[in-house]
Amino acid sequence: MAISNKPIVWGPFAAGGTVTAFLTPVLILLTLLAALGHAPDVLAYDRLHAFFGHWLAKLSVVGVVFLSLWSAAHRLRITCYDLGVRADIMVATVVYAGALAATAASVLYLARI
Amino acid sequence: MSRRPYVREEGLRWIFRHPRYLRYMTREFSCLFIGAWTLMMVWGLKQLAEGPAAWSAFLEFLKSPASVVFHVVALAFAAYHSYTWFNLTPQALPLQIGEEFVPGAAIAGAHFAVWAVLTGVILYLAGAF
Amino acid sequence: MGERTVELEVLRYNPETDSEPRFQRYSVVCREEWVVLDALNYIKETIDPTLSYRWSCHMAVCGSCGMMVNGEPKLSCKAFLRNYEGVIRVEPLAHFPIERDLVTVIDDFVDKLKRVKPYLIPKQEKPVSEGEYRQSPAELKRFKQYTMCINCMLCYAACPEYGLIPKFIGPAAISLAHRYNQDSRDGGRAERQEEIATTEGVWECSFTGACSEVCPEHVDPAAALQQVKIRSTVDWYTDHLMPWLKK
Repeated sequence: MAISNKPIVWGPFAAGGTVTAFLTPVLILLTLLAALGHAPDVLAYDRLHAFFGHWLAKLSVVGVVFLSLWSAAHRLRITCYDLGVRADIMVATVVYAGALAATAASVLYLARI
Repeated sequence: MSRRPYVREEGLRWIFRHPRYLRYMTREFSCLFIGAWTLMMVWGLKQLAEGPAAWSAFLEFLKSPASVVFHVVALAFAAYHSYTWFNLTPQALPLQIGEEFVPGAAIAGAHFAVWAVLTGVILYLAGAF
Repeated sequence: MGERTVELEVLRYNPETDSEPRFQRYSVVCREEWVVLDALNYIKETIDPTLSYRWSCHMAVCGSCGMMVNGEPKLSCKAFLRNYEGVIRVEPLAHFPIERDLVTVIDDFVDKLKRVKPYLIPKQEKPVSEGEYRQSPAELKRFKQYTMCINCMLCYAACPEYGLIPKFIGPAAISLAHRYNQDSRDGGRAERQEEIATTEGVWECSFTGACSEVCPEHVDPAAALQQVKIRSTVDWYTDHLMPWLKK
């Protein structure tokens, strides 16, 4: 039996699961506050724009976006299988491609800031 | 004596056989909300890049009732992901010091503590309070 | 006092006469301290001698009497009647084909057990004359919990991935491989990786954790599987990104 190449997709999944576990709730809380009309100072256009001007911030955000989307994509793939969807290769292609595309988009947008 | 083993089919009923499977599916479904929120934020980056007017429109969109409901639900699911992830960490990363293993509660507890501190620091730096 | 009538709904299947399994209800006068196995033995001895099931030690160490009690994988010798109300449903262990009544076909598990090479493969052959392998208490503790497996297969019955993917090598077999990998006397991890670091090895596991919850010996197979995943991932990245490290 051949050693599986699953680690290629599992490594980023595990890293992304850890990153989202630590970061995502507080970040959702920030935008929830904005949704409730009490947007935190950092979400003001000038401050956020200045924050993303720094290359380190851009790099970090791309990293967080990629790992968050990748771990969500991987979990969605497993969930589809658990729910009886047998076309695993197709599901995997769609979810991972989606994660990579959205990551590429974020790179594009950050480049314009 | 003839053998004729019978294979039982199960379909999706396994999910409802015990609360632990429902909890597992809830944990797995958190990916939909974490993924959707992240995509929403990528779109927000686009709006931020397009200038103040586009960014204001994005903030207005965030204030819509659908967005508020989504945020509350997404926050709940994201917190459940964190809760389950940190509680599972001791099984994936056991720590043997000398002869004994560090209790799982200590490993998980340390993660929760870091999570709390990080959350506080980020909220403070973001000017949330 | 000390007795109670219990209704048992038991899944029956006779391969020679039945096209599919069916439930049969038994009314059993039980003692308070009885377990499900005692009720089954009473049925077989006094009511219905055709009922077939596996059992041996009656003390939760042999792993023979695994079955589904009210939909949950249990050792029938460890399922106390006093913990159940109403009709108790007894079925063969889930995710295994039914041979007859409560007896399942366990060949798949036995094959998988053999595949993971569950025995010491020393780094270097050492003749008896050279003395014993020495192991510190810490080295023993490192793998001790994984030695407690009694091969009862409750974990396979609980695992939804095994139910969906019969090729999955499964919790107990991989935990046993891990037991030997963690043993300081062993040098066979690379050989076992050929079996467990494969698609139908550890990578079918989605960390549901049901296996560890139902394990009667507290082996915590879920922990073993995650540790194998992490080690296999580190292996993969070092092998592919730093091939010069390969011996």
